[in-house]
Amino acid sequence: MIARIAALAVAFVALVTVPYWVPGIYYVNVASQILFYAVFALGLNVLVGYGGLTSLGHAGLFGIAAYATAYMLQIGFGHGTAIVTALIAGVASTALYAMLSLRSTGIGFIMITLALGEILWGLAYRWISLTGGDNGINVSSRPAPFGFSLANANAFYYTTLVVFLLALGAVAVVARSPFGAALMGTRDQPRRMNALGYHVLAIRFWACLFSGLLTSVAGILFVYYTQFISPQTLSLTSSAEVLLMVIAGGPGTLLGPVVGAGLVVVVKSVVSGFIERWNFLLGAIFVAIVILMPEGLVPGTLRLWKRAFRKPQPRLPASAKTEKSP
Amino acid sequence: MSALTVRGLRKSFGGLHVTRDVNLNVEPGERRLIIGPNGAGKTTLFNQITGEITPNAGSIHLFGQDITQAPTRRRAHLGMARTYQIITLFGRNTIIHNVMLALLGLSQARWNPITNLRRERHLVERGREALDQVGLGHIAERPLSETSYGERRRVEIAMALVQKPKVLLLDEPFAGLSIDERQDVHRCLMAIPRDVTMVMIEHNMDVALEFADRITLLHFGQVIVEGTRSQVVEDPRTREVYLGD
Repeated sequence: MIARIAALAVAFVALVTVPYWVPGIYYVNVASQILFYAVFALGLNVLVGYGGLTSLGHAGLFGIAAYATAYMLQIGFGHGTAIVTALIAGVASTALYAMLSLRSTGIGFIMITLALGEILWGLAYRWISLTGGDNGINVSSRPAPFGFSLANANAFYYTTLVVFLLALGAVAVVARSPFGAALMGTRDQPRRMNALGYHVLAIRFWACLFSGLLTSVAGILFVYYTQFISPQTLSLTSSAEVLLMVIAGGPGTLLGPVVGAGLVVVVKSVVSGFIERWNFLLGAIFVAIVILMPEGLVPGTLRLWKRAFRKPQPRLPASAKTEKSP
Repeated sequence: MSALTVRGLRKSFGGLHVTRDVNLNVEPGERRLIIGPNGAGKTTLFNQITGEITPNAGSIHLFGQDITQAPTRRRAHLGMARTYQIITLFGRNTIIHNVMLALLGLSQARWNPITNLRRERHLVERGREALDQVGLGHIAERPLSETSYGERRRVEIAMALVQKPKVLLLDEPFAGLSIDERQDVHRCLMAIPRDVTMVMIEHNMDVALEFADRITLLHFGQVIVEGTRSQVVEDPRTREVYLGD
């Protein structure tokens, strides 16, 4: 327990001091990316890890929030209105998405979410009057809440950090709550949960909304970070990428999606500067994770740690073994 | 008023008729045993009573209330609980967590996304009481993956009992148990008060006959014999299709 608290304290201090120990602004921006992708992965993990519902269309919901923010700003609304509208649009779209996709589970759910994601990607490309098509939408400025401008990298990083910590805290609270237990029960034994009196579909629906809320928050941070949104953000590749973050880090764990987001963003944004074939490296890392730690990096590392530091079991003398046998 | 009434229940899967005009009348507090050879439609009948399978025709009443169209979860709220032939528990969790999930199922607290489940004192206490009732209170915090088959059977029973059911359906609760484990489960079942009506499917006639007030024999989805223990055991049709000579 003490080791856990110490590790969390070290991680917190490390996160708060990032702008002071990373080599430059570029890396502060990389840290911001890790954090908002971690929020996105945390949102997806609510469904994949805790609900057992693998979605391949979450980039569509992420994109809706991002487009809603950019569009509202483009037509002249302020940042507050744009953010609130984006959250409402994101959660409302998730509700529709849930109503359509929760008719099925397993491979059916994957296929419906994949199809919905592709529809949204197609709309982003073709509904040019709304989305700007391939040209996307530019966001000219970042907000400045209470006079605290998010225009520079450090300010944006700290804002993202606060949002990330709130999201992490929210997921931790929900995962330990009765609702979290019910959600995980529907993942493991939906038939049994139904017989115990749970409304499995309703539990999954609320989990979708929570996931959609976190995804929308991540989408808003993304569009303010890049100050640009294009259909590429809604592509299947984006959905698969965030799913890989969850799977690589450890689905159904609190820190797994965060570690997964860190891994993918670091390889994409940092390692790619040194290795031309960074996609190959990322693929090799995923294969290694699946082979060596199929449960994901976080639970896999914990398992190896426990094995390495486990106290050796005292051997029973041969006579004791004989006595035990019938 | 009967605790459970089944009238003209029919179910077919394509050309296979698994339940043919089944009628069942179980009185409050009664212990009813359902027997029959493999494939007689016993578990399918249970699945229709609990709502997991929709019948093609017929009706099901629970204490006079028509529940034929009610979803499974609604039947649980109305006082129906069941155990499964193939143990269906939450293997990643502890024993107490399994029982608490059963408690939560009938509680409004299941929608609570904020409080810590382990701090829901009343749920923990009630869960422990149910586990004490089946003799598992001392290993309540043990992960389910580290329990024996017999202990898991008792966890299933504790999960059903903690919901304070009016009608309890037990699907082969002695299946796969050793002699000692069978005695443990038998003790648990015999200790259940008479205000719980029980319907049990079981092949183990030694323990089952001791349990039953009345017996229903199913064969090819039809009730062919029904009556008291001695009436059913002595009926030649029972010997012909089930007990043998």
